[in-house]
Amino acid sequence: MTQIFDPSRFSSIAARHHEVMRLGARQRQMMFAGAFLGVLLLVFGLIEADFSLSRIINGTGKLGDFAVLMFPPEPGPLFKTYLHALGETLAIALLGTVIAAILAFPFAVLASRNVLPFWLTRFVVRRSFDTIRGVDTLIWALIWISVVGLGPFAGVLAVATADFAAFGKLFSETIETADPKPVEGIRSTGGTAAQEFRFGILPQILPVIAGQILYYFESNTRSATIIGIVGAGGIGLHLSEQIRTLEWQRVAFLVLMVLAVVAVIDFISSRLRTAISGAKPI
Amino acid sequence: MTVAIQHLPDRQLAPLLRAYRQAVFQRRIRFLVGTSVLFFCVMLGGWWVGFDIALLASKIDTFTNYFGRIFTLDDGKPVLSDPVEWYWGLIKWSKLLGETLLVAYTGTILGAVIAFFTCFAAASNLAGATTRWVARRFLEFCRTVPEIVFALIFVLAYGLGPMAGVLALAIHTLGALGKLYTEIVENIDMKPVEGITSTGGSRAETIFYAVLPQVWSGFATYTLLRFEINFRGASIMGFVGAGGIGQELLTAVRKFYYSDVSAILVMIVVTVFVLDILTGLVLKRLNRVG
Repeated sequence: MTQIFDPSRFSSIAARHHEVMRLGARQRQMMFAGAFLGVLLLVFGLIEADFSLSRIINGTGKLGDFAVLMFPPEPGPLFKTYLHALGETLAIALLGTVIAAILAFPFAVLASRNVLPFWLTRFVVRRSFDTIRGVDTLIWALIWISVVGLGPFAGVLAVATADFAAFGKLFSETIETADPKPVEGIRSTGGTAAQEFRFGILPQILPVIAGQILYYFESNTRSATIIGIVGAGGIGLHLSEQIRTLEWQRVAFLVLMVLAVVAVIDFISSRLRTAISGAKPI
Repeated sequence: MTVAIQHLPDRQLAPLLRAYRQAVFQRRIRFLVGTSVLFFCVMLGGWWVGFDIALLASKIDTFTNYFGRIFTLDDGKPVLSDPVEWYWGLIKWSKLLGETLLVAYTGTILGAVIAFFTCFAAASNLAGATTRWVARRFLEFCRTVPEIVFALIFVLAYGLGPMAGVLALAIHTLGALGKLYTEIVENIDMKPVEGITSTGGSRAETIFYAVLPQVWSGFATYTLLRFEINFRGASIMGFVGAGGIGQELLTAVRKFYYSDVSAILVMIVVTVFVLDILTGLVLKRLNRVG
């Protein structure tokens, strides 16, 4: 292929298509300033985090050793324990998601403008959701452990707490985007407020909400695999233990188990989601 | 306002009702089966983890008390009565919070840069089948393994400290952003690409002149949102010794330094709020410019 692009012609093209080719001078200056600051901050961050060539080379070498030691993946004598822990992880994700969804729904209704037109309740409920969402699942796990003790029960409660807020926000946004026409229709036939909600809004939002719940179940399967690191049940406990004791073959096996389960759950959940969204509403 | 509703006579109503029942019957059955399967799974799960509603009921006041307790100083006064005592470690915590932000930022940028170079290899409209397969499996692996697992391993390889956290966040970001970037690239208008290719432009030139102008605002949006997520991720990196404020929080919770727990939590939540507002503002500007 011949080289056709000739840099010297660029300026004449730019001159002809002046308004297309040139960003505003101010805009360009701002972009450069922004990019410069960004790079500066990145370099500062790398220095602060002690990135040095020797450390990178040493560490990557060690990482390579770990990777070699991972083969072949092998469960050791604790295979049954791991399976049980994996079941626990799934149960934590499922229970946490379901509990969160059930608890979040009424609060989400309170925070929806088209159902409850008081700004005060909406404001309070929404800000509470935001506050709870600001705290990570793992931190909630720590807090619940000091309440109900170590074990998967604390994990369920942690996932439920974190998701409660996420669902509250999502559900209320979904309810607010519902089409008001069915509600008006029911009102015109003399329906009560409860009937307006049940027959006007609910049929519209249920498929969407079901999809959201399934999506969160998927992502919770991932977060439930790590919640054991602080002692809140599931496979994370074994994973962090085997990493700390440098049993790399078992680590590899556990990671593979997690990846397999996540893939299976993803598959089932995406199937269900398309089935739900494809189903016709009443 | 009075509303009069005319009821149809029963003879006319009966066939309509029958038709309605038939229409909803199948949906009802499906709904019932679905709910019972879910109920069964939940019960099974509850049994598996030893879910104990009685324990929860007896401990629920411990939970509420816990929040009362963390907002109380050691001498029994509420924290707001003596903010100086409450935030006795403000300088130390601010430094750690700054470190957390820096870890989040550095991890996001490193991950985003690598994701940027990977996404063109993973997009179905710009790459061949083999390259695509390799790139996609790579991205999938990066985002499926939780970042804290990477952090645990990196702490052993690179030593304790924020470097492990940065690398762990970067890898997870690479996986997550790589996928989103790929989706954006796959949705571009291909005509400019054809135009540049037809004039003999190289691959780099094609991407620079035909693809980038279409995708950069989408890339920037996702990167900003990812930064927010990564701040939360960075706040727990300290749990495994990978830098940031998490270590301090873990110690405070484990050693029952109650008011410290609330002080650090409030700092984290406020930072999340501020980031939320700032990214909202930047996104608004960005969408106007782009």
